[in-house]
Amino acid sequence: MIRRALRFLDQRSGAAPALRKTLHYAFPDHWSFLLGEVALYAFIVLVVTGVYLTLFFEPSTAKDTYEGSYAPLQGIEASKAYISVLNISFDVKAGLLIRQTHHWAADVFVAAIVLHLIRVFFTGAYRKPRELTYVIGVLMLFTALLEGYLGYSLVDDLLSGMGLAIGYAVGLSIPFVGANLMLAIFGRPFPGAPELWSRMYIAHVLILPLLIGGLLTAHLALVASRRHTQFRRKRVPSEVKLVGLPAFPAQAPRSLGLLAAVAAALVLLGGLVQINPIWLWGPYHVSQGTNGAQPDWYLGWLIGALRLVPHFDVVVWNRTLVPNPFWGGILFPTVVLVALLAWPWLEQRATGDRRFHNALDRPRDAPLRTAIGAGFLTWVVMVFMAGASDRMLVWLGISYMSQIWFYRVAVWIVPFVAGFIAWRICLGLKAMEEVEAERARAEADPEIAL
Amino acid sequence: MSRRRAELLVAVLLLGVAACAVMFIVVYAQSWAHLTQYLALCLGGALALLGAALILAGEKLFPAEEEAVEEDYPPTEHPMEQYEANQLLAETAERFTRKRLLAGAATAAGAALGAALVVPAASLGPLLDTKSFYYSPWRRDRRLVNEDGRPLRAEEIEEGTFYTAYPEGAYRDELAAPLVVVRLDPEELEMPAGREGWTPRGIVAYSKICTHAGCAIALYRDPKFAAAEPGPALVCPCHYSTFDPARGAEVTFGPAGRPLPQLPLLVDSKGDLRAAGQLSGPVGPAFWGVRTRRPSA
Repeated sequence: MIRRALRFLDQRSGAAPALRKTLHYAFPDHWSFLLGEVALYAFIVLVVTGVYLTLFFEPSTAKDTYEGSYAPLQGIEASKAYISVLNISFDVKAGLLIRQTHHWAADVFVAAIVLHLIRVFFTGAYRKPRELTYVIGVLMLFTALLEGYLGYSLVDDLLSGMGLAIGYAVGLSIPFVGANLMLAIFGRPFPGAPELWSRMYIAHVLILPLLIGGLLTAHLALVASRRHTQFRRKRVPSEVKLVGLPAFPAQAPRSLGLLAAVAAALVLLGGLVQINPIWLWGPYHVSQGTNGAQPDWYLGWLIGALRLVPHFDVVVWNRTLVPNPFWGGILFPTVVLVALLAWPWLEQRATGDRRFHNALDRPRDAPLRTAIGAGFLTWVVMVFMAGASDRMLVWLGISYMSQIWFYRVAVWIVPFVAGFIAWRICLGLKAMEEVEAERARAEADPEIAL
Repeated sequence: MSRRRAELLVAVLLLGVAACAVMFIVVYAQSWAHLTQYLALCLGGALALLGAALILAGEKLFPAEEEAVEEDYPPTEHPMEQYEANQLLAETAERFTRKRLLAGAATAAGAALGAALVVPAASLGPLLDTKSFYYSPWRRDRRLVNEDGRPLRAEEIEEGTFYTAYPEGAYRDELAAPLVVVRLDPEELEMPAGREGWTPRGIVAYSKICTHAGCAIALYRDPKFAAAEPGPALVCPCHYSTFDPARGAEVTFGPAGRPLPQLPLLVDSKGDLRAAGQLSGPVGPAFWGVRTRRPSA
């Protein structure tokens, strides 16, 4: 039966050699390699749940009266976008489950990409010949941030409107072109023309998902053609010999099992752990705001950067040239993006190492890289934490202003301290290994052992 | 665990998947309270058991130490193919005699066609009409109304709280419309020069939209700020820009780069609050070249 099906397909597609290669494709076995897979599977969950949501969502700011089953909001006037999401949450069976699963999947998707990036960085997996794979991955991360932002902006609840206002202000702050660019995107000054919703919707459900899908395909194709990296093994020349589990039968159940586990975790989160209860926020109006507003976690570093900048606009002769949100909202993420993209070539230039690498470094094997990475990560995390200062005020009672002043100074000091500590730990671990190797040699030597 | 036992366990887990999936369908047909939670438990349970079955099958039936294979990494490059492709390109280029002319013409064609294809994007919005950013519904004599559209009376404005006001008869969901109105002790006011008489009975009105990122100023003298910053303060909850309403909404903390625009007020013969002029500057977030004050002010 299977033999006949294979024969039928091979005669018509000529795919048998490719199939044979695929079944034998070897995957190195290390838990840290799962992080990228988790991101892939979260993306699959996002697509499936997202398609379901489009069947009910109305991307329109036209006003309507809510008449659904959530009593506290009955009779209010709101946009069709907001009302349709209320209906998904309360009147479409399984709608709330799917909607919350979609939201959780977005949070997990970005988290998995970030952890994957951290793994790739600290093990030197991005080195030649895998710089392009890495660059595509970084671009995918930033596309995913924009995609997530558009997703929760579409709902037109109070928080999404506040987020949209901030995005508008950040866009406006771009020197020379900001105002024109925002007029083009929003159609008119904030809160924008009705067409804005059509634009955000097509970007969220088609353009950006296609872009992510395309980058994902290129990313995986490059991984497959250069094969995976691997950690060094004893007695195997790890730069030339790949050791791993074949895709079939060993890897397939493990990987599909991970897909099922990721989907299970997301569905359980989606059904049991409330996320973005828009019926509590209410519809957006430009005159309304709420305290303690926090975006999804992956924009925390940007809100932190916006909050940290001291109050000044660059003003010349009664005209503002560079508005304040530029520094935190545009310059900071651009610096992070460019630094990430340029890193493989910066390292090549600094070390002069232009060889091919298939075997991974452990963080201690490249102390300087580990130190720079730890410092950079600390920098971004400190800015992220500054974005949570208002939550810290509520939880711990530490004055908001003191925290902001602390971070304004600390973001320029703590990263260097963290980098130095990481560097010393690497050197210490290496020294310890050398001592142990020395002892092992001595114990193996019969003359000294006597 | 023996192979047979492992296979039995996998089969049990798979039957569990089937049971959970059937339960999901049964629950879906109900209309219970907490339906979402039960649906999640059934579907999540089915997926979790499926994951467990697959991972168990992988680990026990195809253990890593037995299945691992070794293979060579692919060649780092293909010099022969590179050479051939390069030859083909070079030879093709050789066949043209007027290379520079053709390259120039092709560049012109590409650039012009590219531009032609991009130009319709200008229909997206009034790209060059930055005047629209300066629009404001506030005019002299326009009354301030509350959320229900009822005129705000000077005598009902109390100290220690804030009021949101809108222009009477105008559209509200645009940045220039909402105001925040507070009453202060007239003794405490230190208004900038040229704003004498803007604050009848100590009542001040500012644009409610933060000049930093366009959120609504939704906090008034949050007590958490009291120790560090005595005196009343208007605070934006997005990035905690803090403005001093007694001194022309000057920025005292947070990232905002300029004060909130102020609306001069007057109290009419019936005691209602009205605008005594226009806002003192453009509303909301700034952009390249925006005037920080109204030209005539």
